[in-house]
Amino acid sequence: MALTTDLSRATPKGKTGAGKAGKGNAIPAARRGIRQRRERLFQWLFLVPAVVYMALFFGYPVVKNVVMSFQDYTTATFFTGEAPWVGLANYATVLSSSLFSTSLLNTALFTVGSIAGQFVIGLALAIFFQRKFPLNGILRSLLLLPWLLPLIVSSAVWRWILDKDSGTLNRFLGDLGVVDTGVPWLTSTSLALIAVVGVNIWIGIPFNLTILYGGLQEIPDELYEAGSLDGATGWKAFRHITWPMLRPVVSVVLVLGVVYTLKVLDIILGLTNGGPANSTQTIATQSYALSFAEFKFGEGAALGNVLVVISLVFAVLYLRASRRAVDE
Amino acid sequence: MKSANRKNRPLAVAVTALVGLPVLLSGCGTAPSSSSESVSEISVMDYYNNEPDKTFIGDALTACGTKAGVTIKRETVPGKSLISKVLQQSSSKTLPDVLMLDNPDLQQIAATGALAPLADFNISTDNFAPGVLSAGTYKDKVYGLAPTVNTIALFYNKDILAKTGVTPPSTWDELEAAAAKLTSGDQYGLAFNANPTYEGTWQFLPVMWSNGGNEKNIDTEETAQALQLWTDLVKDGSVSSSALNWTQADVKDQFLAGKAAMMVNGPWQIPSLDKQASLQYGVVKIPVREAGQTVVAPLGGEVWTVPQTGNKARQAKAAEIVDCLNSDENQLGMAKVRNTIPSKTTLADKFAAENPKLATFTELVKTARARTGQLGEEWPAQATKIYTAIQASLTGKASPAEALKQAQGQ
Repeated sequence: MALTTDLSRATPKGKTGAGKAGKGNAIPAARRGIRQRRERLFQWLFLVPAVVYMALFFGYPVVKNVVMSFQDYTTATFFTGEAPWVGLANYATVLSSSLFSTSLLNTALFTVGSIAGQFVIGLALAIFFQRKFPLNGILRSLLLLPWLLPLIVSSAVWRWILDKDSGTLNRFLGDLGVVDTGVPWLTSTSLALIAVVGVNIWIGIPFNLTILYGGLQEIPDELYEAGSLDGATGWKAFRHITWPMLRPVVSVVLVLGVVYTLKVLDIILGLTNGGPANSTQTIATQSYALSFAEFKFGEGAALGNVLVVISLVFAVLYLRASRRAVDE
Repeated sequence: MKSANRKNRPLAVAVTALVGLPVLLSGCGTAPSSSSESVSEISVMDYYNNEPDKTFIGDALTACGTKAGVTIKRETVPGKSLISKVLQQSSSKTLPDVLMLDNPDLQQIAATGALAPLADFNISTDNFAPGVLSAGTYKDKVYGLAPTVNTIALFYNKDILAKTGVTPPSTWDELEAAAAKLTSGDQYGLAFNANPTYEGTWQFLPVMWSNGGNEKNIDTEETAQALQLWTDLVKDGSVSSSALNWTQADVKDQFLAGKAAMMVNGPWQIPSLDKQASLQYGVVKIPVREAGQTVVAPLGGEVWTVPQTGNKARQAKAAEIVDCLNSDENQLGMAKVRNTIPSKTTLADKFAAENPKLATFTELVKTARARTGQLGEEWPAQATKIYTAIQASLTGKASPAEALKQAQGQ
């Protein structure tokens, strides 16, 4: 409303100004200069909240974390404020630790396993819900539940389900006659990572389902109609219509998923605490243990930064993918 | 233009406010403090945030406050967030006047310089059990005192043992034999926790220490023998391999459900055990390798300290509160209601006679050892190595000796 009245008032003024051309040309130019400068100022003021917010809540922690990783930062630092500079010593300790390669491998397996499972199941469900059938909406919203539960609650419940002796899963499998003795889901070094990945897939499905479902809705029906005239139905329609049209959404889902999964901490802490014998230890859990259990804040920060760099690679991929999506 | 301008003004104000807010907030943090004022209120922070301990501790604090002529302003935080809260407060110089700490954390915090030595306030440290004092000591000065302490022992289900004809074990051989005999069907002979946290380390310490093992170097024959025992018990199936992921509360649940005939646990579980009227249980010391060895159990419990707040008058009042909490009457009273053990050895006999259920624990506390007694602030790193070795050995990734060697070398 304000904009339209402003415009209507401005137009006649502009006309009269143009009528007196030549004589008062300097005055509107100066006024325009002030006006432009004021606009500039307001543009900057509009930016200020965002800039301050980013600097306070993103810039400061990141810078602090980088600085901390070069210091011998201990519990005493909090009281005395003294943190001796140690250069790259923290990075050397952390990267040369025998646990680093284990954690790195586990992080990679955890991320790849989780993403693959979440994406495939999420996409299958999204396509399934494309069809029109009764209770579609209710079922779809029920599938969001894992997303709404606090992670610490989910992991506590899953810890019970996966218990070796009295867990529901083993009881179920036992009744079906699939297994004779309890499967040590969380206490076997070969199974624990698989179990943790399984739980994380369960948690990640709603995210994948929601975004992919949204992407599918965007694909115009006419394409499928035209395709069906040319004989493209079922798998062919998916291969030649759905998949190419969904590609931009897919790349965004995958890259965001990787960044989210790399830093997963609470689920692993709740389920296994990195055990048994470090078989579910990831860079995130290792960094947490260094900082908050052993009070080696410098080393914890160094390892945290390694994780940030890995995430950053995928963040850049995401930015490029989303830019391409906009271009298309 | 005019109307647009008017619309923008509130926004500009809001922006200025947003920018100014953090500055204002940070300015509020530093309140001036002078030492000449008379003290009428003492702030206290502890982690007894669950009932009934919350009330028991609160009542004792209030009574001590009344005695010292001050009101108590108490804050209880969850156990897990206490240390981060303390670190936060020490950097913003807002530590409470009286601070409770879990005993293995005391040296860590004392090393930062945030605590005042109790000798500055003439608090007596006479008659305390040696383990209790070593837990509260950093570099030869006592910084914290625990009114009551705890430790762990072997609980057994009287009915199951009687039915199977097993007597409570006192040596490792007896323990292995009993655990094997008590294992049948859904029921395991023994439950302990060997999870990858300090709790897993804590439960292993009795067998390690009683056999002469030392936390300074875990790559020794004595510690390997102890780890062999833990490993054999799991390998034989007398202990569920779920022990690798159990907490002490899970262990208690197994025992309560009759799924474990014996368990390693502490006296704080007694209230839940007593709630189940049908359960008859007994408590013995954790078995030793050879008869005649002394049981050395780890000391648990919380110490009360006086932080360096910079206000001498307040610190003196705070010290009075700490002293009062550690009086004989308070030790006996709190120990009885909280199922813990008075930390003064002079009170042990009287207490054990009045509370037969806690007699075994009272006996154990006399010789109990503080986890930080030898290593001080180095304890967390070494405790990590111990549970790393336990996990490697119990999962069969390495033999006990190898696992300990690898962990020590890390």
